[in-house]
Amino acid sequence: MTKRIYVDNAATTKVAPEVVEAMLPYFTEDYGNPSSIYNEGRTAKKAVENAREKVACAIGADPKEIYFTGSGSEADNWAIRSVARAYKDKGNHIITSAVEHHAILHTCQDLEKQGYEVTYLPVDEYGMVSAEDVKNAIKDNTILISIMFANNEIGTIMPIAEIGKIAKEAGVLFHTDAVQAVGNVPIDVKAMNIDMLSLTAHKFHGPKGSGALYVRSGVKLTSFITGGAQERMRRAGTENVPGIVGLGKAIEMATADIEAKQKKLTEIRDTYIKKVLERVPYSRLNGHPTQRLAGNANISFEFIEGEGLLLSLDMKGISASSGSACTSGSLDPSHVLLAIGLKHEQAHGSLRTSFGEDNTLEEVDYMVDSIAEIVDRLRQMSPLYEEMMKKN
Amino acid sequence: MYSEKVMDHFSNPRNVGEIEDANAVGQVGNPQCGDIMKIYMKINDDTQVIEDVKFKTFGCGAAIATSSMATELVKGKTVDEALALTNQAVAEALDGLPPIKMHCSNLAEEAVHAAIANYYESRGMDASEIKACTGECCGCPHSKEHNKE
Ligand SMILES: Cc1ncc(COP(=O)(O)O)c(C=O)c1O
Ligand code: FES
Repeated sequence: MTKRIYVDNAATTKVAPEVVEAMLPYFTEDYGNPSSIYNEGRTAKKAVENAREKVACAIGADPKEIYFTGSGSEADNWAIRSVARAYKDKGNHIITSAVEHHAILHTCQDLEKQGYEVTYLPVDEYGMVSAEDVKNAIKDNTILISIMFANNEIGTIMPIAEIGKIAKEAGVLFHTDAVQAVGNVPIDVKAMNIDMLSLTAHKFHGPKGSGALYVRSGVKLTSFITGGAQERMRRAGTENVPGIVGLGKAIEMATADIEAKQKKLTEIRDTYIKKVLERVPYSRLNGHPTQRLAGNANISFEFIEGEGLLLSLDMKGISASSGSACTSGSLDPSHVLLAIGLKHEQAHGSLRTSFGEDNTLEEVDYMVDSIAEIVDRLRQMSPLYEEMMKKN
Repeated sequence: MYSEKVMDHFSNPRNVGEIEDANAVGQVGNPQCGDIMKIYMKINDDTQVIEDVKFKTFGCGAAIATSSMATELVKGKTVDEALALTNQAVAEALDGLPPIKMHCSNLAEEAVHAAIANYYESRGMDASEIKACTGECCGCPHSKEHNKE
Protein backbone atom coordinates (compact mmCIF):
# COMPACT_ATOMS: atom_id res chain seq x y z
CA MET A 1 0.00 0.00 0.00
CA THR A 2 1.59 3.29 -1.03
CA LYS A 3 -1.04 5.69 0.22
CA ARG A 4 -0.69 6.44 3.91
CA ILE A 5 -3.57 5.77 6.26
CA TYR A 6 -4.10 8.66 8.63
CA VAL A 7 -6.14 7.66 11.67
CA ASP A 8 -5.08 10.34 14.13
CA ASN A 9 -7.84 12.88 13.51
CA ALA A 10 -8.17 13.50 17.25
CA ALA A 11 -4.62 14.88 17.17
CA THR A 12 -5.29 17.10 14.20
CA THR A 13 -6.99 17.02 10.82
CA LYS A 14 -6.20 17.90 7.24
CA VAL A 15 -7.32 21.39 6.34
CA ALA A 16 -10.22 21.17 3.89
CA PRO A 17 -9.46 22.63 0.43
CA GLU A 18 -12.50 24.91 0.71
CA VAL A 19 -11.09 26.26 3.96
CA VAL A 20 -7.69 26.95 2.40
CA GLU A 21 -9.42 28.69 -0.46
CA ALA A 22 -11.45 30.86 1.90
CA MET A 23 -8.31 31.84 3.81
CA LEU A 24 -6.01 32.63 0.89
CA PRO A 25 -7.28 36.13 -0.03
CA TYR A 26 -6.58 37.32 3.51
CA PHE A 27 -2.85 36.72 3.15
CA THR A 28 -2.09 38.67 0.01
CA GLU A 29 -5.12 40.71 -1.05
CA ASP A 30 -7.29 41.63 1.90
CA TYR A 31 -4.35 41.71 4.27
CA GLY A 32 -5.44 44.83 6.12
CA ASN A 33 -5.49 45.24 9.88
CA PRO A 34 -9.10 44.91 11.04
CA SER A 35 -8.57 47.91 13.32
CA SER A 36 -7.79 50.21 10.39
CA ILE A 37 -10.53 52.36 8.98
CA TYR A 38 -9.55 52.30 5.31
CA ASN A 39 -10.81 49.82 2.77
CA GLU A 40 -8.45 46.86 3.39
CA GLY A 41 -9.04 47.17 7.11
CA ARG A 42 -12.78 47.21 6.72
CA THR A 43 -12.71 44.14 4.49
CA ALA A 44 -10.66 42.27 7.06
CA LYS A 45 -12.92 43.41 9.88
CA LYS A 46 -15.95 42.23 7.97
CA ALA A 47 -14.34 38.84 7.43
CA VAL A 48 -13.63 38.48 11.15
CA GLU A 49 -17.20 39.38 12.08
CA ASN A 50 -18.56 37.07 9.43
CA ALA A 51 -16.53 34.22 10.94
CA ARG A 52 -17.76 35.15 14.41
CA GLU A 53 -21.33 34.75 13.20
CA LYS A 54 -20.54 31.33 11.77
CA VAL A 55 -18.96 30.12 15.00
CA ALA A 56 -21.90 31.45 17.01
CA CYS A 57 -24.40 29.86 14.68
CA ALA A 58 -22.67 26.47 14.88
CA ILE A 59 -23.18 26.22 18.65
CA GLY A 60 -26.41 28.18 19.07
CA ALA A 61 -24.75 31.28 20.54
CA ASP A 62 -24.88 34.97 19.78
CA PRO A 63 -21.94 36.45 17.81
CA LYS A 64 -21.08 38.85 20.61
CA GLU A 65 -20.56 35.84 22.88
CA ILE A 66 -17.65 34.53 20.78
CA TYR A 67 -14.01 35.49 21.49
CA PHE A 68 -11.26 34.31 19.14
CA THR A 69 -8.16 32.76 20.66
CA GLY A 70 -4.88 31.29 19.46
CA SER A 71 -5.79 27.70 20.38
CA GLY A 72 -8.06 25.39 22.33
CA SER A 73 -5.53 25.42 25.15
CA GLU A 74 -5.74 29.18 25.34
CA ALA A 75 -9.54 29.08 25.45
CA ASP A 76 -9.35 26.57 28.32
CA ASN A 77 -6.81 28.64 30.23
CA TRP A 78 -8.78 31.81 29.71
CA ALA A 79 -12.12 30.37 30.79
CA ILE A 80 -10.81 28.93 34.03
CA ARG A 81 -8.48 31.74 35.00
CA SER A 82 -11.10 34.35 34.20
CA VAL A 83 -13.77 32.77 36.38
CA ALA A 84 -11.25 32.22 39.17
CA ARG A 85 -10.33 35.90 39.11
CA ALA A 86 -13.67 37.50 38.37
CA TYR A 87 -15.62 35.44 40.90
CA LYS A 88 -13.03 35.36 43.68
CA ASP A 89 -15.43 37.17 45.98
CA LYS A 90 -18.02 34.48 45.53
CA GLY A 91 -15.76 31.54 46.27
CA ASN A 92 -12.63 29.62 45.42
CA HIS A 93 -13.84 26.10 44.63
CA ILE A 94 -13.69 24.55 41.15
CA ILE A 95 -15.09 21.19 40.10
CA THR A 96 -13.54 19.33 37.20
CA SER A 97 -12.79 15.73 36.27
CA ALA A 98 -9.79 13.43 36.40
CA VAL A 99 -9.86 12.88 32.63
CA GLU A 100 -9.65 16.45 31.35
CA HIS A 101 -7.08 17.58 28.83
CA HIS A 102 -3.85 18.91 30.35
CA ALA A 103 -4.87 22.42 29.28
CA ILE A 104 -7.54 22.18 32.00
CA LEU A 105 -5.70 20.00 34.52
CA HIS A 106 -2.47 21.96 34.59
CA THR A 107 -4.40 25.23 34.81
CA CYS A 108 -6.36 23.90 37.78
CA GLN A 109 -3.18 22.67 39.43
CA ASP A 110 -1.69 26.11 38.97
CA LEU A 111 -4.74 27.68 40.63
CA GLU A 112 -4.43 25.25 43.53
CA LYS A 113 -0.98 26.71 44.17
CA GLN A 114 -2.65 30.12 44.31
CA GLY A 115 -5.03 29.00 47.03
CA TYR A 116 -7.98 27.72 44.99
CA GLU A 117 -9.60 24.44 45.90
CA VAL A 118 -10.19 21.96 43.08
CA THR A 119 -12.24 18.76 43.09
CA TYR A 120 -11.16 16.27 40.42
CA LEU A 121 -14.16 13.99 40.00
CA PRO A 122 -13.40 10.34 39.28
CA VAL A 123 -14.95 8.60 36.28
CA ASP A 124 -16.51 5.17 35.88
CA GLU A 125 -14.92 2.28 33.97
CA TYR A 126 -16.04 3.88 30.69
CA GLY A 127 -14.53 7.24 31.50
CA MET A 128 -17.92 8.81 32.21
CA VAL A 129 -18.37 11.57 34.77
CA SER A 130 -21.55 11.12 36.79
CA ALA A 131 -23.90 14.11 36.83
CA GLU A 132 -24.92 13.02 40.33
CA ASP A 133 -21.28 13.31 41.47
CA VAL A 134 -21.14 16.82 40.06
CA LYS A 135 -24.24 17.74 42.00
CA ASN A 136 -22.88 16.31 45.23
CA ALA A 137 -19.57 18.08 44.83
CA ILE A 138 -21.15 21.55 44.68
CA LYS A 139 -20.51 23.59 47.81
CA ASP A 140 -21.32 27.14 48.91
CA ASN A 141 -17.97 28.36 47.62
CA THR A 142 -18.13 26.59 44.23
CA ILE A 143 -17.65 29.08 41.39
CA LEU A 144 -17.06 26.85 38.39
CA ILE A 145 -17.76 23.42 36.98
CA SER A 146 -15.54 22.46 34.03
CA ILE A 147 -16.25 19.11 32.42
CA MET A 148 -15.12 18.21 28.93
CA PHE A 149 -17.77 17.50 26.29
CA ALA A 150 -15.97 14.45 24.90
CA ASN A 151 -12.69 12.87 25.91
CA ASN A 152 -9.79 13.15 23.50
CA GLU A 153 -8.24 9.78 24.30
CA ILE A 154 -11.12 7.37 24.75
CA GLY A 155 -13.90 9.35 23.08
CA THR A 156 -16.41 9.10 25.92
CA ILE A 157 -19.18 11.70 25.58
CA MET A 158 -20.12 13.23 28.92
CA PRO A 159 -23.71 13.96 30.10
CA ILE A 160 -23.28 17.65 29.31
CA ALA A 161 -26.96 18.66 29.19
CA GLU A 162 -27.58 17.04 32.58
CA ILE A 163 -24.56 18.74 34.12
CA GLY A 164 -25.64 22.04 32.56
CA LYS A 165 -29.02 21.73 34.21
CA ILE A 166 -27.48 20.97 37.59
CA ALA A 167 -25.09 23.91 37.28
CA LYS A 168 -27.90 26.25 36.35
CA GLU A 169 -30.07 25.15 39.26
CA ALA A 170 -27.16 25.59 41.65
CA GLY A 171 -26.23 28.97 40.19
CA VAL A 172 -22.70 27.81 39.36
CA LEU A 173 -20.97 28.63 36.08
CA PHE A 174 -20.43 25.73 33.69
CA HIS A 175 -17.54 25.55 31.25
CA THR A 176 -16.98 22.70 28.81
CA ASP A 177 -13.90 21.88 26.76
CA ALA A 178 -15.67 20.93 23.53
CA VAL A 179 -12.49 20.73 21.45
CA GLN A 180 -13.16 17.11 20.47
CA ALA A 181 -16.92 17.45 20.24
CA VAL A 182 -17.45 20.35 17.84
CA GLY A 183 -18.34 19.01 14.41
CA ASN A 184 -18.80 15.51 15.82
CA VAL A 185 -21.71 16.00 18.23
CA PRO A 186 -24.56 18.52 17.86
CA ILE A 187 -24.10 21.34 20.38
CA ASP A 188 -26.58 23.95 21.53
CA VAL A 189 -25.13 26.05 24.33
CA LYS A 190 -28.49 27.52 25.27
CA ALA A 191 -30.41 24.25 25.42
CA MET A 192 -27.55 22.59 27.28
CA ASN A 193 -27.08 25.48 29.73
CA ILE A 194 -23.42 25.90 28.88
CA ASP A 195 -21.94 29.19 30.10
CA MET A 196 -18.51 28.85 28.51
CA LEU A 197 -17.15 26.58 25.80
CA SER A 198 -13.72 26.05 24.23
CA LEU A 199 -13.11 24.97 20.65
CA THR A 200 -10.25 24.85 18.16
CA ALA A 201 -10.32 24.84 14.36
CA HIS A 202 -7.64 22.24 13.67
CA LYS A 203 -9.76 19.39 15.01
CA PHE A 204 -12.39 19.89 12.31
CA HIS A 205 -10.41 20.55 9.14
CA GLY A 206 -9.57 24.14 9.98
CA PRO A 207 -6.13 25.69 10.45
CA LYS A 208 -3.91 25.22 13.51
CA GLY A 209 -3.49 28.05 15.97
CA SER A 210 -7.06 29.30 15.70
CA GLY A 211 -9.60 28.71 18.45
CA ALA A 212 -12.49 30.37 20.19
CA LEU A 213 -14.08 30.76 23.58
CA TYR A 214 -17.82 31.16 23.92
CA VAL A 215 -18.87 33.16 26.96
CA ARG A 216 -22.57 33.62 27.67
CA SER A 217 -23.61 37.27 27.93
CA GLY A 218 -23.74 38.25 31.55
CA VAL A 219 -20.77 36.12 32.56
CA LYS A 220 -17.87 38.29 33.68
CA LEU A 221 -14.80 37.85 31.52
CA THR A 222 -11.44 39.30 32.50
CA SER A 223 -9.03 40.33 29.79
CA PHE A 224 -6.48 37.68 29.00
CA ILE A 225 -3.93 39.64 27.02
CA THR A 226 -3.74 43.35 27.72
CA GLY A 227 -2.90 45.87 25.03
CA GLY A 228 -5.07 46.92 22.11
CA ALA A 229 -8.85 46.92 22.01
CA GLN A 230 -9.32 43.72 20.01
CA GLU A 231 -11.97 41.18 21.02
CA ARG A 232 -13.91 43.81 22.95
CA MET A 233 -10.84 44.72 24.98
CA ARG A 234 -10.49 41.18 26.31
CA ARG A 235 -7.71 39.83 24.13
CA ALA A 236 -5.24 42.27 22.66
CA GLY A 237 -3.29 41.51 19.52
CA THR A 238 -3.99 42.03 15.84
CA GLU A 239 -6.38 39.31 14.80
CA ASN A 240 -5.18 36.21 12.96
CA VAL A 241 -7.52 37.10 10.11
CA PRO A 242 -6.81 34.14 7.79
CA GLY A 243 -6.97 31.76 10.78
CA ILE A 244 -10.26 33.22 11.95
CA VAL A 245 -11.72 33.07 8.44
CA GLY A 246 -10.55 29.44 8.24
CA LEU A 247 -12.19 28.66 11.57
CA GLY A 248 -15.46 30.17 10.38
CA LYS A 249 -15.47 28.24 7.13
CA ALA A 250 -14.41 24.99 8.81
CA ILE A 251 -17.01 25.12 11.56
CA GLU A 252 -19.74 25.90 9.05
CA MET A 253 -18.78 22.86 7.00
CA ALA A 254 -18.23 20.59 10.01
CA THR A 255 -21.61 21.30 11.56
CA ALA A 256 -23.60 21.27 8.32
CA ASP A 257 -24.38 17.57 8.42
CA ILE A 258 -23.15 16.01 11.63
CA GLU A 259 -25.61 13.12 11.38
CA ALA A 260 -24.26 11.89 8.04
CA LYS A 261 -20.70 12.15 9.30
CA GLN A 262 -21.60 10.30 12.52
CA LYS A 263 -23.27 7.54 10.54
CA LYS A 264 -20.29 7.01 8.29
CA LEU A 265 -17.67 7.17 11.04
CA THR A 266 -19.65 4.96 13.42
CA GLU A 267 -19.73 2.23 10.81
CA ILE A 268 -15.99 2.42 10.26
CA ARG A 269 -15.27 2.62 13.98
CA ASP A 270 -17.50 -0.28 14.96
CA THR A 271 -16.20 -2.47 12.14
CA TYR A 272 -12.66 -1.74 13.25
CA ILE A 273 -13.37 -2.43 16.93
CA LYS A 274 -15.22 -5.65 16.21
CA LYS A 275 -12.53 -6.99 13.90
CA VAL A 276 -9.62 -6.09 16.14
CA LEU A 277 -11.20 -7.58 19.26
CA GLU A 278 -12.03 -10.74 17.30
CA ARG A 279 -8.59 -11.07 15.75
CA VAL A 280 -6.32 -10.14 18.63
CA PRO A 281 -6.60 -12.06 21.92
CA TYR A 282 -6.00 -10.18 25.21
CA SER A 283 -7.28 -6.91 23.82
CA ARG A 284 -9.98 -4.65 25.24
CA LEU A 285 -11.88 -1.57 24.21
CA ASN A 286 -11.33 1.52 26.35
CA GLY A 287 -14.15 4.02 26.75
CA HIS A 288 -17.89 3.67 26.39
CA PRO A 289 -19.21 1.18 23.80
CA THR A 290 -21.85 3.55 22.43
CA GLN A 291 -21.58 6.93 24.16
CA ARG A 292 -18.39 7.73 22.30
CA LEU A 293 -17.19 9.97 19.52
CA ALA A 294 -18.12 8.40 16.19
CA GLY A 295 -14.51 8.39 14.98
CA ASN A 296 -12.75 7.24 18.16
CA ALA A 297 -11.52 3.75 18.99
CA ASN A 298 -9.08 3.07 21.81
CA ILE A 299 -7.91 -0.48 22.34
CA SER A 300 -5.41 -1.90 24.84
CA PHE A 301 -3.24 -4.84 23.88
CA GLU A 302 -1.84 -6.65 26.87
CA PHE A 303 1.83 -7.58 27.22
CA ILE A 304 3.13 -5.00 24.75
CA GLU A 305 4.19 -1.40 24.88
CA GLY A 306 2.51 1.16 22.63
CA GLU A 307 5.50 2.92 21.15
CA GLY A 308 6.77 -0.19 19.39
CA LEU A 309 3.28 -0.68 17.99
CA LEU A 310 3.18 2.90 16.68
CA LEU A 311 6.63 2.64 15.10
CA SER A 312 5.70 -0.59 13.37
CA LEU A 313 2.38 0.81 12.18
CA ASP A 314 4.21 3.85 10.84
CA MET A 315 6.45 1.54 8.80
CA LYS A 316 3.29 0.05 7.34
CA GLY A 317 2.01 3.50 6.44
CA ILE A 318 -0.43 3.89 9.32
CA SER A 319 -0.45 6.99 11.57
CA ALA A 320 -2.10 6.52 14.96
CA SER A 321 -1.45 7.39 18.59
CA SER A 322 -0.91 5.74 21.97
CA GLY A 323 -1.36 6.37 25.69
CA SER A 324 2.04 4.94 26.50
CA ALA A 325 4.47 6.99 28.58
CA CYS A 326 7.26 6.10 26.20
CA THR A 327 5.62 8.06 23.39
CA SER A 328 4.79 11.14 25.40
CA GLY A 329 8.14 11.86 26.97
CA SER A 330 6.43 12.02 30.35
CA LEU A 331 6.92 9.56 33.16
CA ASP A 332 3.51 8.02 33.42
CA PRO A 333 1.12 6.48 30.96
CA SER A 334 -2.10 8.28 30.11
CA HIS A 335 -3.93 9.71 33.14
CA VAL A 336 -7.19 8.94 31.35
CA LEU A 337 -6.47 5.22 31.02
CA LEU A 338 -5.34 5.06 34.65
CA ALA A 339 -8.53 6.90 35.70
CA ILE A 340 -10.73 4.23 34.08
CA GLY A 341 -8.91 1.61 36.13
CA LEU A 342 -6.35 0.20 33.73
CA LYS A 343 -3.16 -1.17 35.22
CA HIS A 344 0.01 0.65 34.19
CA GLU A 345 1.08 -2.12 31.86
CA GLN A 346 -2.31 -2.12 30.13
CA ALA A 347 -2.21 1.64 29.73
CA HIS A 348 1.25 1.40 28.17
CA GLY A 349 -0.10 -0.90 25.46
CA SER A 350 -2.96 1.20 24.17
CA LEU A 351 -3.69 2.33 20.63
CA ARG A 352 -5.96 5.24 19.76
CA THR A 353 -7.26 5.39 16.24
CA SER A 354 -9.42 8.37 15.34
CA PHE A 355 -11.10 8.07 11.97
CA GLY A 356 -12.10 10.85 9.60
CA GLU A 357 -14.30 11.11 6.52
CA ASP A 358 -11.39 10.17 4.27
CA ASN A 359 -11.00 6.72 5.82
CA THR A 360 -12.58 3.65 4.26
CA LEU A 361 -13.59 0.12 5.25
CA GLU A 362 -10.82 -1.25 3.00
CA GLU A 363 -8.34 0.67 5.08
CA VAL A 364 -9.83 -0.88 8.19
CA ASP A 365 -9.11 -4.37 6.85
CA TYR A 366 -5.50 -3.46 6.12
CA MET A 367 -5.18 -1.90 9.57
CA VAL A 368 -6.59 -4.95 11.33
CA ASP A 369 -4.20 -7.27 9.46
CA SER A 370 -1.27 -5.02 10.28
CA ILE A 371 -2.19 -4.68 13.94
CA ALA A 372 -2.68 -8.42 14.39
CA GLU A 373 0.70 -9.12 12.82
CA ILE A 374 2.58 -6.45 14.78
CA VAL A 375 0.99 -7.27 18.14
CA ASP A 376 1.89 -10.91 17.62
CA ARG A 377 5.48 -10.02 16.73
CA LEU A 378 5.87 -7.77 19.78
CA ARG A 379 4.31 -10.38 22.05
CA GLN A 380 6.78 -12.98 20.85
CA MET A 381 9.43 -10.60 22.17
CA SER A 382 7.65 -9.79 25.43
CA PRO A 383 8.73 -11.37 28.74
CA LEU A 384 5.27 -10.60 30.12
CA TYR A 385 3.61 -12.64 27.40
CA GLU A 386 6.05 -15.49 27.99
CA GLU A 387 5.25 -15.44 31.71
CA MET A 388 1.53 -15.53 31.05
CA MET A 389 1.82 -18.37 28.52
CA LYS A 390 3.89 -20.44 30.96
CA LYS A 391 1.35 -19.94 33.72
CA ASN A 392 -1.52 -21.17 31.53
CA MET B 1 13.77 10.75 15.96
CA TYR B 2 15.54 7.37 15.99
CA SER B 3 18.70 6.57 14.00
CA GLU B 4 18.56 4.08 11.16
CA LYS B 5 20.47 1.61 13.30
CA VAL B 6 17.90 1.83 16.07
CA MET B 7 15.10 1.29 13.58
CA ASP B 8 16.97 -1.66 12.10
CA HIS B 9 17.47 -3.31 15.49
CA PHE B 10 13.89 -2.56 16.44
CA SER B 11 12.46 -4.01 13.21
CA ASN B 12 14.83 -6.98 13.00
CA PRO B 13 16.01 -7.58 16.53
CA ARG B 14 18.88 -10.05 16.85
CA ASN B 15 18.85 -12.83 19.42
CA VAL B 16 15.19 -12.68 20.39
CA GLY B 17 13.93 -15.67 22.33
CA GLU B 18 14.72 -18.02 25.19
CA ILE B 19 17.48 -20.52 25.88
CA GLU B 20 16.10 -23.73 27.34
CA ASP B 21 19.32 -24.77 29.08
CA ALA B 22 20.58 -21.31 29.99
CA ASN B 23 22.89 -21.15 32.97
CA ALA B 24 22.46 -17.43 33.46
CA VAL B 25 19.13 -15.62 33.50
CA GLY B 26 18.49 -12.03 34.49
CA GLN B 27 15.40 -9.86 34.47
CA VAL B 28 15.25 -6.15 35.23
CA GLY B 29 12.57 -3.51 35.20
CA ASN B 30 8.93 -3.88 36.07
CA PRO B 31 5.66 -3.64 34.22
CA GLN B 32 4.64 -0.57 36.20
CA CYS B 33 7.31 1.58 34.64
CA GLY B 34 6.76 0.15 31.21
CA ASP B 35 10.14 -1.50 30.67
CA ILE B 36 11.22 -5.08 31.32
CA MET B 37 14.16 -6.93 29.87
CA LYS B 38 14.88 -10.59 30.38
CA ILE B 39 18.16 -12.04 29.23
CA TYR B 40 19.25 -15.67 28.90
CA MET B 41 22.89 -16.73 28.54
CA LYS B 42 24.77 -19.92 27.99
CA ILE B 43 28.17 -19.43 29.58
CA ASN B 44 31.02 -21.91 29.09
CA ASP B 45 32.15 -22.85 32.59
CA ASP B 46 35.73 -23.48 31.50
CA THR B 47 36.37 -20.49 29.30
CA GLN B 48 33.84 -18.06 30.83
CA VAL B 49 32.79 -17.22 27.27
CA ILE B 50 29.16 -16.28 26.63
CA GLU B 51 28.45 -18.78 23.89
CA ASP B 52 24.84 -17.91 23.36
CA VAL B 53 22.53 -15.14 24.46
CA LYS B 54 18.86 -14.39 23.92
CA PHE B 55 16.48 -11.74 25.19
CA LYS B 56 12.86 -10.75 25.60
CA THR B 57 11.88 -7.15 26.15
CA PHE B 58 8.71 -5.28 26.99
CA GLY B 59 9.33 -1.63 26.22
CA CYS B 60 9.57 1.06 23.60
CA GLY B 61 11.44 0.91 20.32
CA ALA B 62 14.64 2.11 21.99
CA ALA B 63 14.36 -0.55 24.70
CA ILE B 64 14.00 -3.31 22.10
CA ALA B 65 16.84 -1.94 19.95
CA THR B 66 19.23 -1.60 22.91
CA SER B 67 18.39 -5.12 24.03
CA SER B 68 19.19 -6.41 20.56
CA MET B 69 22.44 -4.45 20.34
CA ALA B 70 23.57 -5.40 23.85
CA THR B 71 23.13 -9.10 23.13
CA GLU B 72 25.17 -8.69 19.95
CA LEU B 73 27.91 -6.91 21.85
CA VAL B 74 28.26 -9.56 24.58
CA LYS B 75 27.90 -12.63 22.40
CA GLY B 76 31.22 -14.49 22.17
CA LYS B 77 32.76 -12.30 24.85
CA THR B 78 33.97 -13.39 28.26
CA VAL B 79 31.97 -12.67 31.35
CA ASP B 80 34.48 -10.01 32.43
CA GLU B 81 34.28 -8.31 29.06
CA ALA B 82 30.50 -8.35 29.24
CA LEU B 83 30.54 -6.79 32.69
CA ALA B 84 32.53 -3.89 31.28
CA LEU B 85 29.75 -3.09 28.82
CA THR B 86 28.23 0.30 29.52
CA ASN B 87 24.96 1.80 28.44
CA GLN B 88 26.91 4.52 26.61
CA ALA B 89 28.67 1.87 24.55
CA VAL B 90 25.32 0.32 23.63
CA ALA B 91 23.86 3.70 22.72
CA GLU B 92 26.92 4.59 20.66
CA ALA B 93 26.79 1.33 18.79
CA LEU B 94 23.25 2.33 17.79
CA ASP B 95 24.49 5.73 16.51
CA GLY B 96 22.97 7.42 19.53
CA LEU B 97 19.58 7.62 21.24
CA PRO B 98 17.34 10.63 21.83
CA PRO B 99 18.16 12.08 25.28
CA ILE B 100 14.83 11.08 26.84
CA LYS B 101 15.47 7.50 25.73
CA MET B 102 18.91 7.12 27.29
CA HIS B 103 17.41 5.42 30.32
CA CYS B 104 16.18 2.61 28.05
CA SER B 105 19.80 1.64 27.43
CA ASN B 106 20.39 1.29 31.20
CA LEU B 107 17.97 -1.56 31.04
CA ALA B 108 20.25 -3.54 28.74
CA GLU B 109 23.36 -2.95 30.83
CA GLU B 110 21.53 -3.91 33.99
CA ALA B 111 20.03 -7.01 32.45
CA VAL B 112 23.47 -8.24 31.38
CA HIS B 113 24.73 -7.63 34.90
CA ALA B 114 21.74 -9.36 36.44
CA ALA B 115 22.25 -12.44 34.30
CA ILE B 116 25.93 -12.67 35.21
CA ALA B 117 25.13 -12.15 38.90
CA ASN B 118 22.71 -15.03 38.60
CA TYR B 119 25.45 -17.14 37.04
CA TYR B 120 27.89 -16.30 39.84
CA GLU B 121 25.36 -17.07 42.53
CA SER B 122 24.40 -20.39 41.01
CA ARG B 123 28.11 -21.30 41.07
CA GLY B 124 28.50 -20.19 44.67
CA MET B 125 30.61 -17.22 43.69
CA ASP B 126 30.45 -13.75 45.17
CA ALA B 127 28.13 -11.58 43.12
CA SER B 128 27.99 -8.63 45.48
CA GLU B 129 30.42 -6.65 43.33
CA ILE B 130 28.06 -6.72 40.39
CA LYS B 131 25.82 -3.71 40.15
CA ALA B 132 22.57 -5.21 39.04
CA CYS B 133 19.02 -4.11 39.19
CA THR B 134 16.71 -5.54 41.82
CA GLY B 135 13.65 -5.10 39.66
CA GLU B 136 12.62 -1.92 41.43
CA CYS B 137 15.21 0.28 39.80
CA CYS B 138 14.92 -0.34 36.13
CA GLY B 139 17.18 2.65 35.72
CA CYS B 140 14.53 4.73 34.08
CA PRO B 141 12.81 7.81 35.45
CA HIS B 142 9.51 5.91 35.33
CA SER B 143 10.56 3.63 38.14
CA LYS B 144 11.97 6.37 40.35
CA GLU B 145 8.63 8.05 40.07
CA HIS B 146 6.81 4.91 41.11
CA ASN B 147 9.25 4.11 43.88
CA LYS B 148 8.18 7.30 45.59
CA GLU B 149 4.70 5.91 46.04
C1 LIG C 1 -9.92 17.93 24.71
C2 LIG C 1 -8.88 18.86 24.22
N1 LIG C 1 -8.73 20.06 24.79
C3 LIG C 1 -7.82 20.95 24.37
C4 LIG C 1 -6.97 20.67 23.32
C5 LIG C 1 -5.96 21.69 22.91
O1 LIG C 1 -6.27 22.30 21.73
P1 LIG C 1 -5.13 23.13 20.95
O2 LIG C 1 -4.24 22.11 20.33
O3 LIG C 1 -5.83 23.95 19.93
O4 LIG C 1 -4.42 23.95 21.97
C6 LIG C 1 -7.07 19.41 22.69
C7 LIG C 1 -6.20 19.03 21.56
O5 LIG C 1 -5.07 18.68 21.64
C8 LIG C 1 -8.04 18.49 23.15
O6 LIG C 1 -8.17 17.29 22.59
S1 FES D 1 10.91 1.71 27.58
FE1 FES D 1 9.89 3.42 28.33
S2 FES D 1 10.80 5.02 27.27
FE2 FES D 1 11.89 3.31 26.60
